[in-house]
Amino acid sequence: MHPAFSVIFLTTLIGAGQGLFLALFTGQLYASIKLIAPQTASFYAVGSALALLLLVAGLAASFFHLGRPERAWRAASKWRTSWLSREVIVLPVMMGVVFLYGLFHLLGLTQPWFVAGDGALPIDATMVLGFIGVAVAFALYVCTAMIYASVKFLEEWHSPYTVGNFVFLGMASGFMLTAAFSAYFGNHLVGFYGTWAVILTLLGLATRIASLLRNGSLKHKSTLQTAIGVRHRKIVQKSQGFTGGSFNTREFFHHQNPETLKLVRIAFLVLVFPVPLVLIGIAYALQSPTLPIVAFVVQYVGLVAERWYFFAEAQHPQNLYYQSVA
Amino acid sequence: MTQLALVIDLNVCVGCHACVTSCKQWNTSGWAGPMVDENPYGADPTGTFFNRVQTFEVGSYPNTETVHFPKSCLHCEEPPCVPVCPTGASYKREDNGVVLVDYDKCIGCKYCSWACPYGVRELDEQQKVMKKCTLCIDRITDQSLSERERKPACVLACPTSARLFGDVHDPDSEVSLAIRERGGYALMPEWGTKPSNHYLPRQKTRMHISEEELQRADNPLTKEDITVYTGEETLDDVTW
Repeated sequence: MHPAFSVIFLTTLIGAGQGLFLALFTGQLYASIKLIAPQTASFYAVGSALALLLLVAGLAASFFHLGRPERAWRAASKWRTSWLSREVIVLPVMMGVVFLYGLFHLLGLTQPWFVAGDGALPIDATMVLGFIGVAVAFALYVCTAMIYASVKFLEEWHSPYTVGNFVFLGMASGFMLTAAFSAYFGNHLVGFYGTWAVILTLLGLATRIASLLRNGSLKHKSTLQTAIGVRHRKIVQKSQGFTGGSFNTREFFHHQNPETLKLVRIAFLVLVFPVPLVLIGIAYALQSPTLPIVAFVVQYVGLVAERWYFFAEAQHPQNLYYQSVA
Repeated sequence: MTQLALVIDLNVCVGCHACVTSCKQWNTSGWAGPMVDENPYGADPTGTFFNRVQTFEVGSYPNTETVHFPKSCLHCEEPPCVPVCPTGASYKREDNGVVLVDYDKCIGCKYCSWACPYGVRELDEQQKVMKKCTLCIDRITDQSLSERERKPACVLACPTSARLFGDVHDPDSEVSLAIRERGGYALMPEWGTKPSNHYLPRQKTRMHISEEELQRADNPLTKEDITVYTGEETLDDVTW
C-alpha cells in the first residue's frame, strides 16, 4: 500500500494523545489512593490541553486524506457496519472528555461526591470523567486499529496483532510524553510514568515483533491463477491495459525499492524500542529535565517510520493485476 | 430477486479494447460528469476508467496461450466495499443488484478501494470521489431505449460478442445458461465475495479424425470388397 502521511500522522498523533490522557488519569488514580504524591491542577490542565492538541492535530491531518473534506460529517452515519465511521464518532467524544477533564481540574471541581471502597477512593467529577475517558480511549484505539485489521484482503493487517500494536505503541508514546512533560514540569513522576512507558514499549515490542514474524512467513490467499481463473503454474502479465499511471498503480504500491523498506524497518525497530528505553533510563539516573523529551521525540519519529512501514508492507491482492505495464 | 451482471467469454475476446473506449465514451458524457483525464497528451497521462482489458501469457514458449482479460466491477453479491463505507455513499441497488457510488455523498476516503480485492474502484483525480462501473445504469434502466439497446455500452461495442449481459439469478437467462453450460467461473473465489460477473474459460477446439474418416465410403477408387462369405450370418438371412 502507498503510505499516506495524512493517515500516518492521524494514527500516531491521536495514539499519543489518548496515551497522554490515560497516563494523566493513571497518575490521578494512583494519587487518589495515595500511592504517589498528588499533582497540581495545572499539571492535569496543561496535560489535558496537550492531549487535546494532539487529538486535534491528528484530526486535522486526517482531513488531508479526504478528497472531499467538506463532506466529512457524513462519515458518522454508517457506524453499524464501518469501523471508519465508528472512529469518526469516537474521536470527537474523546476530545470532549479530555476537554472536560482538563477543565474540571483547572476549575478545581474536585470535591469528592462520595468515597468508595471503605474510605479509600474518593469519587469526584474528574474521577468519573477519567473512567469514561479510559473506556473511550480504548474504544478509539480499537476503532482506529480495526479500520486496518478488519480489511481481510490486506492479510498483513488482518490480525489481532494490529490492534495490539495500535494500543501498546499509542499508549507507550503517550506515557513517554507524560514522563517528558513531568520532567519539564519538574515533578517526581518521571520515574512513575517512565516505568509505565518502558512496560508499554516492551508490550508493543512483543506484538510488533510477532506481527513482523507473522507477516514474514505470510502466504497470500490470492494468486495470479485465482485472479484470472486460469489453471496453469506459469502465467505472466504482458499488459495491464494502459501505459500511463492510474489510481490502481498509485494507491496500492509504495514505489520504493526493497532496500528502503528494510532500512525503514531497522530504523523503526531501533528508534521506537531500544533508544527511548535507554534514554529514559539515563534520564531517570541523571534526573535530567530534557532527556525524557528527547526520548519521546525519538520514539515518535520511530512510530512515524513504524506506521510508514505498516502501510508499505501490506500487499493488496489487486496488485496481481498490475504487474506489467506493457 | 434480480442480479444484473456481465458474463465475459475469454474464448472469443480478442483484446481490441472496444469495450474500454466505449465505456469511457458513454460514461464520460453522462449526467454524472466526466471521467477525468489528466495530462492526456503529455508524457504521463492518467485518467479514470471503469473497464480495462489486460493481457496475460499462459505457459512457456512454444506452448503459450494469450489470454485477453477484460476487468471491471464484478457487482459482487456480497460486496465487501459496501459495509466499510462510512457515509453510505457506496451501496448495492435492491432492485437489480448493481453496486453503485452516490457521488454526492462520497467523501473520497478511498477505504472502499482498500476493501475491494479486484481493484475496480478508482478515485477521480478532479472530482475527488470514488468511481466505478455502473453497468451503465443510466442505459439499462432507460425505458425509452429499445430493448436491444438497453444494455451496457461495452456489451453493445464488443465486436465478437464476448460480453453477455443479463440477470444471473434467472436460471433461464442467456447469462445463466452460459455460466451453467460453458463452465462460467468467478474471480478470486477464496474471498467469499460471490462476484456476479462470471468469466467463460477458453476452450481448445480440437478435431479428432480417425483413419477411416479419411477414406470415402463411396470412393469409386476403393477396391471392391471381394471377401468370400462362407456360412456367416449375413443380412440375407434376415427374414423381413
